Amino acid sequence: MYTIVEILLLNSQFLLSYSGYLLALFINEYERITFINIMSNNPIIYGVEFQARSLCSLHANVDQDCFLIGTQSLITSNNQVHLVTLQEETNTLSPQIYEHSSGEIWSLASSPTDKRLISTCYASIERDCEKRTALWRLPEDDGQLENVITFPSEKYGTDVKVTTFHPTNDAYMCSVIDNNLVMWDVSESGVKIVCTAVLDGKGQPRFTTGKWNPQSVNLQFVTADDCNIKAWDLRSQTKIAWSLDGVHTQIIRDFDFNPNRHYYMATCGDDGYSKFWDIRNSSKPVISRADHSHWIWSIRYNPVHDELIGTASSDGQVLITRLAGISSAAIENEDLKTKISIEDKIVATCDQHEDSVYCVEWSSGDAWILASLSYDGRLLLNKVPKDEQLRILL
Amino acid sequence: MDIKPGSPYDINGACFNAEMYVKKVLKESNLKQVIDHEREIHQDIQSLHSDMQTLVYENYNKFILATDTIGKMKNDFKSLEEDMEMLLSKMDEITHTSEIITSNLHASDNILRKLLYANRDEISKLSETHTLLKRLQFVYTLPTTLNKLLTKRDYEQVVQEYLHAQRVLTQYGNQESLKGILNDCNNIVNELMKILYSHLRDKDITGKELTKSVNLLLQLDEPVLSLCKEFLLHSKNRLFESLNVLELQVENLNQDMIEFIDLGSDTFFSQLCMVIASFNDMFIENLSKNDENEEIEISINQLNMFVEENMIRYLEIVQCYIDKNTSDTAILVRALDRFYRKIQAIGKLFSYKDFTLNALEIISSAARRQTKLHLAMLKAHFHDKLATVRQSLVSLQKLNDNGFATESLASLTSDVIEKVKGILQDISAFLEPEVSFSTNHALRKSISVDNVREGLVVGFLHYLSSAARSYTICVPCPPAFLFLIMTKMCLEYQMSGIGHLLQLVDETYEINKYFEIKNKNSSQLSSEVELASDMHSAAQDLVNYYVRVEGLSISQMLKKSVETRDWLHSLEPRTVRAVMKRVVEEITSVDSQVGELFEEGMRTDRSSDSSRRTQMSRHIRAWSSGGTATNTQTFSAINRLFSERIDIFSPVQFSRVSITTGIIKISLKTLLECVRLRTFNRYGLQQVQVDIHYLQLYLWRFVSDEKSFKLNIISLVHLLLDEILSSSVHRCLNPVLMEPSVVEIICERG
Repeated sequence: MYTIVEILLLNSQFLLSYSGYLLALFINEYERITFINIMSNNPIIYGVEFQARSLCSLHANVDQDCFLIGTQSLITSNNQVHLVTLQEETNTLSPQIYEHSSGEIWSLASSPTDKRLISTCYASIERDCEKRTALWRLPEDDGQLENVITFPSEKYGTDVKVTTFHPTNDAYMCSVIDNNLVMWDVSESGVKIVCTAVLDGKGQPRFTTGKWNPQSVNLQFVTADDCNIKAWDLRSQTKIAWSLDGVHTQIIRDFDFNPNRHYYMATCGDDGYSKFWDIRNSSKPVISRADHSHWIWSIRYNPVHDELIGTASSDGQVLITRLAGISSAAIENEDLKTKISIEDKIVATCDQHEDSVYCVEWSSGDAWILASLSYDGRLLLNKVPKDEQLRILL
Repeated sequence: MDIKPGSPYDINGACFNAEMYVKKVLKESNLKQVIDHEREIHQDIQSLHSDMQTLVYENYNKFILATDTIGKMKNDFKSLEEDMEMLLSKMDEITHTSEIITSNLHASDNILRKLLYANRDEISKLSETHTLLKRLQFVYTLPTTLNKLLTKRDYEQVVQEYLHAQRVLTQYGNQESLKGILNDCNNIVNELMKILYSHLRDKDITGKELTKSVNLLLQLDEPVLSLCKEFLLHSKNRLFESLNVLELQVENLNQDMIEFIDLGSDTFFSQLCMVIASFNDMFIENLSKNDENEEIEISINQLNMFVEENMIRYLEIVQCYIDKNTSDTAILVRALDRFYRKIQAIGKLFSYKDFTLNALEIISSAARRQTKLHLAMLKAHFHDKLATVRQSLVSLQKLNDNGFATESLASLTSDVIEKVKGILQDISAFLEPEVSFSTNHALRKSISVDNVREGLVVGFLHYLSSAARSYTICVPCPPAFLFLIMTKMCLEYQMSGIGHLLQLVDETYEINKYFEIKNKNSSQLSSEVELASDMHSAAQDLVNYYVRVEGLSISQMLKKSVETRDWLHSLEPRTVRAVMKRVVEEITSVDSQVGELFEEGMRTDRSSDSSRRTQMSRHIRAWSSGGTATNTQTFSAINRLFSERIDIFSPVQFSRVSITTGIIKISLKTLLECVRLRTFNRYGLQQVQVDIHYLQLYLWRFVSDEKSFKLNIISLVHLLLDEILSSSVHRCLNPVLMEPSVVEIICERG
């Protein structure tokens, strides 16, 4: 039974010879089972029985490869957070499931310092699908998530996009709500609002997402709205430190900062482009690529080898692209005067997803592992191809 | 009896002692012996005596003869004395003029006195002396004559006179009196040489005079090598001038190439030829007469260097001219022809170094430049055409104007090809058989293969594909239809243009001649297949880009429409939303645009419409009856399993159906993503259901997916529509679908 399902899932062409109903049953019943990987090339698969569009790496845990998945189900009580850990010995994934009964999860973030602290943005039918955000503590065993704080976000808006942890200071968090961003202080019991910023403009502009700028020592929060990127200096509330305006032809879905090289960041959006910027020059991207054939939902720099970039798109593909020229390693090489031009190219294509892929995350443990989550609840753990690993290491 | 010679007993010796001898004989010999000995001696005495007598007689006779002779001599002497007196008087005269002669006279006098009978020789000697005297006179007057001649500018005579006297002068130069003369002469000749050398340096002197001067100098035994140097230096100055004139022409560029080359051959070449010829005459032949091989070599070397230096400069100037030249190919070729002939002529005259190679290099560079110019023109032409098309695209509001697409396509393909043909014809002037350099194989090859085929035709084709590609990153984005036209253009080139052009070039320039047939594909020639595939990939890029651009613009409409609506509080649907109608209109117009340029492709059989509808209805029924999320999910999972792995974004093919399908797929995928981001109430879902049905009704005609049809499985677009509906069911709080019949009624009404 076990193996049959695995084969069936991996090679869906096989399935044609079987009765469709029979198969559907198998999948329903065994979807939560972690499948053993025979071939090391193939990704490790994990299935969630609900649809899902939120994924994050458990940043505080650098010893293991742990990922968090948040489910989306309109039946409020069905929702869960899955903590999936890769067992290196067996090369299997072991899940831990926590109930998230306050609503369907639209976004998920983990604390960079506390292994058990996570934040979610969720919506429930009971409140007319308005979104709220809360800070949770993962209990030791399966069960209900332990609510730490429910942020008082109502007065800022109904559409909470994301609530993020400050990369170094665990007292600070920041939420992006409609056209507001709100910085919270959670150090003491309860929550204090530190400051807020409002995006004004005609046509009711709204943020799509936001992120702390890890390159800045100051409190700099970066947001995306429509086709623009803005960096807010939160020490002086509304001051915009820098911006990239009109850099995509359609809205920007996601962006990420190069973890090792100052001023470099990546953006992606509905125009299907991923663009790489030196923020000191906002007129023209350093590199612009159109490798996907539909919207790009997520873009992530590899935290260690920042020449590798993972992207996820609603064309169902996850790509690992190598851009050696703008990596931090390129600077070191420049000093050594060993300019070996390495071609920018796609080093891996994972097309085992059968639905749109909304999230992609590098592991905070093994830097070669890239996790991607598609709407149908399938989590794939892909490894950077061996020869590419060798090329980078040698 | 042995007797030592010299002893007193030697009878023939000088100190013979008769007494001792007798005593000895008496003592040593017996009587008999004594008697014999005595007889012997007696006989000896007798013979000796008679000998003496004859001698005396003979001597006496001689003495008498001598006395006779002396007597005769006494008679002759008287007449001799008269002669001598005359002689003496003459001799006195001579003593006045010259000490040499006196000494000679003294000598002859002495001789005469000694050899009394030698007077005849003496006279002849006298006449000799006379001529000598004359010569002396000549020598004495030489400086004045030379001066006179010099002032008369009869240099030749000067040299002859000088050479005449020179031997004597040098021979007797140590004599006091002659030393002065010699010095004078030398001074004069030095002056002459100065004049001659100044001739060498004179710029205005004619060649003939120059040659004469050099010849005279040579006669004066000037060192050949330094003369060579001097001569060449002079010639160099003159050539330099004419080269400067040529250089000026290069800067002015106010005459055509033929005139320029003619000017070059009139001035520079004729001078150079003259220099070479006179050099040969003067130096090399002179030297070879004297068998001075080493010097010949050195002077040839000098000439070599000279010619080379000047030729290189000349060639450089010609090169410069060609680099700036703007005249058309026919004139260029004619000029180069003349140029080449000249160079060949020089080669005949001057055999030590071959300049034809350099000339060929220049010609090939000229050809290269010409092809490059043509290529640039061609590019500009293409660019202009493209700009025109682009402009008319912007100004033309209705693109469905019949003929516009084909017209612009023609302007980009056949017009351009015609232009290329013209250029090929133009450049083939280089290889006309009557052109002198066209026989050179390497040059022909370089022109036909490297310049024309690879440089011009292949280069242009590469340019076409890259230029077309470059539009995909052009900001701001040009009108989308341009991409379609360019796609078609690339395809046209791929299908026929490339083959046609390559065939043309191969035939006109006989490319095959330069390659073994077997090697042709592996060699440096870019193959048609390669070019075609490059063009094809450019076309693919363009069509992908077109699909993307159009898809995104329709996506934008759909996205806005979904995002701006409050689906949670929808009212019961009464009509299809306006945006769906607009989407269908848009797609219809895009499809007709595409249809102008692209073939139908595999379009689905419309008769299957009804079966499709029933299938769709079945799905809807399945949802309506089941109604739960799990069921629908199961259902779509089954669908997926059945329909194998469907690549929504499979590569676009070059057919109307594939392009339109591509655009529709992107748009529907966008709709799907938007729907998934929303939450619906019952009526919101029903509105989506109505919209989907509408889309299904109207998009169906544009869409097909051959593969899925072969397998008799749900078409791709159908699957997408399905998925949109199932996603909205999933995102619906109260998923109750509308009766299919009602949906149909609404759609037909709207």
